[in-house]
Amino acid sequence: MSALTINQLNKTYRNQVVALHDVNLEVQQGDFFALLGPNGAGKSTLIGVLCGMVNKTSGNVNIYGHDLDIDMVAAKASIGIVPQEINFSQFETCMEIVLNQGGYYGIRRNIALKRAEKYLSKLGLWEKRHERSRNLSGGMKRRLMIARALIHEPKMLILDEPTAGVDVELRRSMWTFLTEINNSGITILLTTHYLEEAENLCKNIAIIDHGKIVENTSMKKLLSTLNQETFVLDIVKPLTECPDISEFKTTLIDDSTLEVEIQKNQRLNDYFEKLSAQQIEVVSMRNKSNRLEELFLRLLEHKDNA
Amino acid sequence: MLNERIWIAFCTIVIKEITRFTRIWVQTLIPPAISMALYFVIFGSLIGSRIGMMDGFNYIDYIAPGIIMMSVINNSYANVVSSFFGAKFQNHIEEMLVAPIPNLVILLGYITGGVARGFLVGIVVTIVAMFFTDLRIHDYFITFSVVLLTSILFSLGGMLNAVFAKKFDDISIIPTFVLTPLIYLGGVFYSIDLLPEFWQDISSVNPILYMVNAFRYGMLGVSDINILTAFIMLSIFSVILFIICLQLLNKGVGIKS
Repeated sequence: MSALTINQLNKTYRNQVVALHDVNLEVQQGDFFALLGPNGAGKSTLIGVLCGMVNKTSGNVNIYGHDLDIDMVAAKASIGIVPQEINFSQFETCMEIVLNQGGYYGIRRNIALKRAEKYLSKLGLWEKRHERSRNLSGGMKRRLMIARALIHEPKMLILDEPTAGVDVELRRSMWTFLTEINNSGITILLTTHYLEEAENLCKNIAIIDHGKIVENTSMKKLLSTLNQETFVLDIVKPLTECPDISEFKTTLIDDSTLEVEIQKNQRLNDYFEKLSAQQIEVVSMRNKSNRLEELFLRLLEHKDNA
Repeated sequence: MLNERIWIAFCTIVIKEITRFTRIWVQTLIPPAISMALYFVIFGSLIGSRIGMMDGFNYIDYIAPGIIMMSVINNSYANVVSSFFGAKFQNHIEEMLVAPIPNLVILLGYITGGVARGFLVGIVVTIVAMFFTDLRIHDYFITFSVVLLTSILFSLGGMLNAVFAKKFDDISIIPTFVLTPLIYLGGVFYSIDLLPEFWQDISSVNPILYMVNAFRYGMLGVSDINILTAFIMLSIFSVILFIICLQLLNKGVGIKS
C-alpha cells in the first residue's frame, strides 16, 4: 500500500515563482525514501504542502489513504514533521515542548509522558528534559525536533535536512536511529544535502529540480546507471611523469597521487596489474567523490542542457 | 474520541498560554498593579480630592471601575498579540499548524489565554484599588459578564493585530495609536455628560465607552449609556471580530505561504 501519493501537485507563490510543477510522487509503506535537489528546487515547499504549512495551488495529496483536502485530520495525524529550521519556543523546556506537541495531537497526558520518556531517552535527551531549549547545543535541538515529531507515533516521518550542520558522530548516530525506526515499520521521507546520507540510508529516491521531478527510481537502479567512477590512488614511490597505462585514463595529480577513471566495463584488477607491471605500488585508494553525487550532478547538468 | 482529542488540544493551548504569562509575572502581572496604584494615588487621592463628586460618587470611586477595565483591556490585548506574534516570529506556531487542530480551536485557545490574563490582572488591580477606596459591586452578573465580553473582544483584537504583524513594531502601533486614545477618551476619567453634545456624539462610536460604562454600572449602578445597548454593542463587535479572525486563520493569512 502507498504511504504517500502526490498527483499533479502545483504551487505558485504570490510573486509568481513556480515552486512545484506537476509533481507526481509515490512512497510505499515502510520505505526509506530520499528526496534530493539543489537549493531552491522545491523540496521544502513540497514538505510544507504535506504538513499544511503551504497552501497548494492545485493537485492532490493522499497520506495513508486520507486525502489532505477531505480528511485533513487523519492525514496530518499520520505524519510527523522534522523541519529544516529550529521551530520550538526557546523559553520552554524539552519536556514541555514534547508534551505540548502530544497535546496538540490530542494525546492524553499520561500516555504522552511515557512516550516523552521513551523518545527523549532514545535520542539521548532524557537528562536534559528540564533544560530550557535555548540552552541546548545545535545537535540536541535537532534531536529534540525528532523526539517531538514522534510523540504521536506517526506512520510516516518526514525529515527536511535533519543532519544539516551536525557533526559526523552525531550524524552517524542519527542514521542509526532513523534506520532503527524505519525497521520498526515507520515510513521515512528524507531530504538531505548529504548525498552519502541518501546513498547509505534510502531504498528509493526522487530528484527534484526547478519544481519538477527529474528522476524517481530505486537507489540501486540509479546507481547502476553510473558508467564511470573516479578513484584517487596514493603511491609508494614518487613519480616524475604520469605513467602510460593503455585503456585507463590516468592523471598524475602530484608526485605521489594518481587519479584514474574506471568505466563500467573495466575492472580495477586489470588496472592494478598494469600498475604492478610498471613497478608502481599503491598504498591506499578512495573514491574521488560520492557515487550518488556524481549522478546527481550529471542529472542536473543533463537537464540544464536539455 | 474526536471531541476528546480536540478538548486535549484546546486545554494544551490554554495551559501553555497561562504558563507563559505566569512564568513572566514580573512583566505581565506587576506592571499593571504599579501603574494602577499610581493612577489611584495621582488621579484619585491627590487630584480627585479637589475635583469633588461625579455622578454622586467621590471621584476616586467613580474612576476605579474604568481603571480596572483599562487593565483588563490592555492585558487581554497584549497577551494574545505578543504570544501569537511571538509564536510566528520564532516559528513555533508551526507546532500547532502541523497538528490536526481545527483553526477554531487554536483561536478559542488563544482567546481563553487572553481572557485568563485579563481576569487575573483585573483581580490584581481590584485588590490594589481596595487599598485606596471602598469598592462595592452593584450587580455581580453585569460586572462579570462585562469583563468577560471585554476581554474576549480585546483578545480578538490582539489576534487580528498579531495575524497581520510582520515585525515587533507592528504589535505596538495599534496599542499606542488606537487603543490608548480610545481608552482615555472612553470615559475612564470623566462622565461624557461633561462633554459638549458634538463630542458626546463622537464618543458614542468608541466601543470602550460602552465597556467602561457597563462595568461602572455593574460596580456603582450608574452609567452614561443604556446597559442593554452596551451588551448588544459588545456582542456585535465580538462576533464580527471572531468571524474575521477565523477567516484569516482558515486562509492562512500571515501564517502560511
